[in-house]
Amino acid sequence: MFALDIQGLTKTYKGGVEALRGIDLQVQQGDFFALLGPNGAGKSTTIGIISSLVNKSAGNVKVFDYSIDDQLTLAKSCIGLVPQEFNFNQFETLTQIMLNQAGYYGVPRGVARGRAETYLKQLDLWEKRNSPARELSGGMKRRLMIARALMHQPKMLILDEPTAGVDIEIRRSMWRFLEEINQQGITIILTTHYLEEAESLCRNIAIIDKGKIVENTSMKALLSKLNVETFVLDIEPVKQAPNIPKYRSRLLDDHTLEVEVQKSEGLSPVFEQLSEQGVQVMSMRNKANRLEELFVRLVEQGRAKAAIGV
Amino acid sequence: MNHLYFVALRTIWIKECTRFLRIWVQTLVPPAITMSLYFVIFGSLIGSRIGEMGGFSYMEFIVPGLIMMSIITNSYSNVSSSFFSAKFQRNVEELLVAPIPTWVVIMGFVGGGVARALLIGIIVTTVAMLFVDISIHNLGVIVLTLVLTATLFATAGLINAVYAKTFDDISVIPTFVLTPLTYLGGVFYSLSLLPEFWQWVSKANPIVYMVNGFRYGFLGVSDVNVGISIGLLVGFNLLLFSLAYALLQRGVGIRS
Repeated sequence: MFALDIQGLTKTYKGGVEALRGIDLQVQQGDFFALLGPNGAGKSTTIGIISSLVNKSAGNVKVFDYSIDDQLTLAKSCIGLVPQEFNFNQFETLTQIMLNQAGYYGVPRGVARGRAETYLKQLDLWEKRNSPARELSGGMKRRLMIARALMHQPKMLILDEPTAGVDIEIRRSMWRFLEEINQQGITIILTTHYLEEAESLCRNIAIIDKGKIVENTSMKALLSKLNVETFVLDIEPVKQAPNIPKYRSRLLDDHTLEVEVQKSEGLSPVFEQLSEQGVQVMSMRNKANRLEELFVRLVEQGRAKAAIGV
Repeated sequence: MNHLYFVALRTIWIKECTRFLRIWVQTLVPPAITMSLYFVIFGSLIGSRIGEMGGFSYMEFIVPGLIMMSIITNSYSNVSSSFFSAKFQRNVEELLVAPIPTWVVIMGFVGGGVARALLIGIIVTTVAMLFVDISIHNLGVIVLTLVLTATLFATAGLINAVYAKTFDDISVIPTFVLTPLTYLGGVFYSLSLLPEFWQWVSKANPIVYMVNGFRYGFLGVSDVNVGISIGLLVGFNLLLFSLAYALLQRGVGIRS
């Protein structure tokens, strides 16, 4: 039994826009699954249909073997949705939002109170429990939507760009939380524009473009297809760009060189050729994510200093 | 499953009641002030010069109609503004993704509108008692007419909100349809004062039946048959509930 089984799903909006053109997709139970694609590819439409926010044009969707056509109530009970846009009542307090959500799924008030406390604490929102939602920061609102989606303890959590506009530190804490609940057995489907997010969290991936699945494989298999990496080299100042045959390179400024390296070729020839030309390499880093890494390190260093009173 | 539906219904209903109680200055105070003014101006000042109507003082005559007017406008506006706000803020999606049947959603929202209408009814009646002694002819008819009318207009407010795309859209019907029909619905006068032709025209106005049914409960007098009033209310309720159900089930205005 799949957590999600989609067969031949199509959606044509009024006006004739074909958002989905016959999607087949299966997600295993317990998976951490990425659904990626450019803007307008059909990700949100797919999620909307699974969660009953959008009417499908054709095709079949089963959630833990419950068809959304014949067993909608049971299918809905299995799903927790974290939508892209904030969709809670901005005037209600966090506690009210959490308790109402539980009530919509038939969770008794007493049980709901305990769960609300657990999830608000886990997502670092407990101090704000009596504040109206409109007073929360963007990152807090994102976490509130995750906490809310868990109130009925769904078997599958669908997150539509859950970390959009969230700073790196909070994003990473959200990743850790999602990994934890995935390890507890909750199937997670994630759409995101942060590829690093998908890469570090997800085991399997589907890429959707113009309403069709163009890739559906394991993250490992997909990454193995990636055979070019870009490195940034900090070098002793030079007057002109060094010549590195067979490699694409460009001098960003007089002491920063960017080099694209094929996996099959390796880095050694780059260093040899630079050395022959008298170019000293002081340090090197992978181009991807270096700013995020730097930011996190600076924040952590700042906090460590504050903690010891420096 | 029944337990789920019950908890869900109670949750929506409590949420709706909490909403109008939280903004009590907007929801509960204005009807009390408006009705006090009606009682002072039409009842005490002008009413004393009008004399009797239907065998009762003018003040006694208009009290049931004014209570009914408050119930109609408040039950309607409560649900239309609440449901449209839920659409506007997108928190209606919380209900759409949850395993709640459409009839529970309708009953939750309508129940909130009825609760507000009943509370307003109590407030306005209390205000009225400051001006006139209120007698009760038939409590059963009062309660039945009140609940059926509040339910009917709460459901109508829901249908209005389903179609509404802007906040203007939820004020058009109350301004251009409900208010004229209410004022011409026999709140301030007996139909017998009108020429025969206009009496017939007035009987095409459904609010005439609600006001008169309600007045019968208090005073024992009515321009129309009370059985027909209650029958019409039941019929309109069934009609509007079916329409609201069909609209929400199809996702009109809330699902793409």
